[in-house]
Amino acid sequence: MEVIKSIEMMQLRADIPNFKPGDAVRVHVKVVEGARERIQVFEGTVIARHGGSVRETFTVRRISYGVGVERIFPVHSPRIERIEVMRRGRVRRAKLYYLRSLTGKAARIRDAR
Amino acid sequence: MQKAILGKKIGMTQVFADKGVVVPVTVIEAGPCTVTQVKTNDTDGYTAIQVAFEPVRESRINKPEKGHFKRCNVKPHRFLREFRLANATEYKVGQAITAATFTAGEYVDVTGTSKGKGFTGGIQRWGFSRGPMTHGSKYHRGPGSQNSRASARTFPGRKMPGQHGRLRRTVQNLRIVRIDVERNLILIKGAIPGPKGSLVTIKDSVKA
Repeated sequence: MEVIKSIEMMQLRADIPNFKPGDAVRVHVKVVEGARERIQVFEGTVIARHGGSVRETFTVRRISYGVGVERIFPVHSPRIERIEVMRRGRVRRAKLYYLRSLTGKAARIRDAR
Repeated sequence: MQKAILGKKIGMTQVFADKGVVVPVTVIEAGPCTVTQVKTNDTDGYTAIQVAFEPVRESRINKPEKGHFKRCNVKPHRFLREFRLANATEYKVGQAITAATFTAGEYVDVTGTSKGKGFTGGIQRWGFSRGPMTHGSKYHRGPGSQNSRASARTFPGRKMPGQHGRLRRTVQNLRIVRIDVERNLILIKGAIPGPKGSLVTIKDSVKA
């Protein structure tokens, strides 16, 4: 167990900001296009954080051209250039899957005080 | 078979390989093993090496084992296993086999004893289909027909309920993702047979 923990600890990133479900974030992802690499930004609401240690992932949801898009990122992935927290939201549960069935005004999240 | 090592399964986790790809890995504490005997054609009629793994207190082994370890001047170990390596004669008694024998990127076969599931029915053991649980059906999880009536007997090898698991199993062609020589760790992509803490054998792949 100790061995597994140490292998996982080695890969943890210290530069990841604190963010929670309900927060609006901007994820800068490295994307490989053919031979060159560029940064792509995915902006949306964090609706879940799942797992722990290196295995932790988070789900970001946004509405793109009227279609709901969700992307799941590993928190400690080296493919993530950086994560910007745009707004802190006040929510009352850990998984915001109920947002999937809401649209428009109803899908807004109150700002944290 | 050119090289082999004994190890202990530690457990599974995941690592980020180059380019940030997530790779599921099994962590194995491999070695250090000590060669306790080199078998040659002259003395034994075949060539092989015998290796010891996991040191134990002297009180944990029996008298014949104690004598054997004393003869090759090796401290008592829990496990003694034989490998019929092609280059067995190149080894010397007392020589250590470490995780550094293998390199990252290499393909290996891993042998272990699978987790025991006890006496199980045909559904879990062989993937049989289940009958309806309701609507008046009285046939739920049974094994079905043993054979046609005309054959008048059950042919050998018929899949039936019985002991499932706890068998020696080999998984072939697994890639070594990373090696930590200092801590004797080998990280292998994918799953290997057996529970955590069980003895496993890592050999160079027959298919590579």
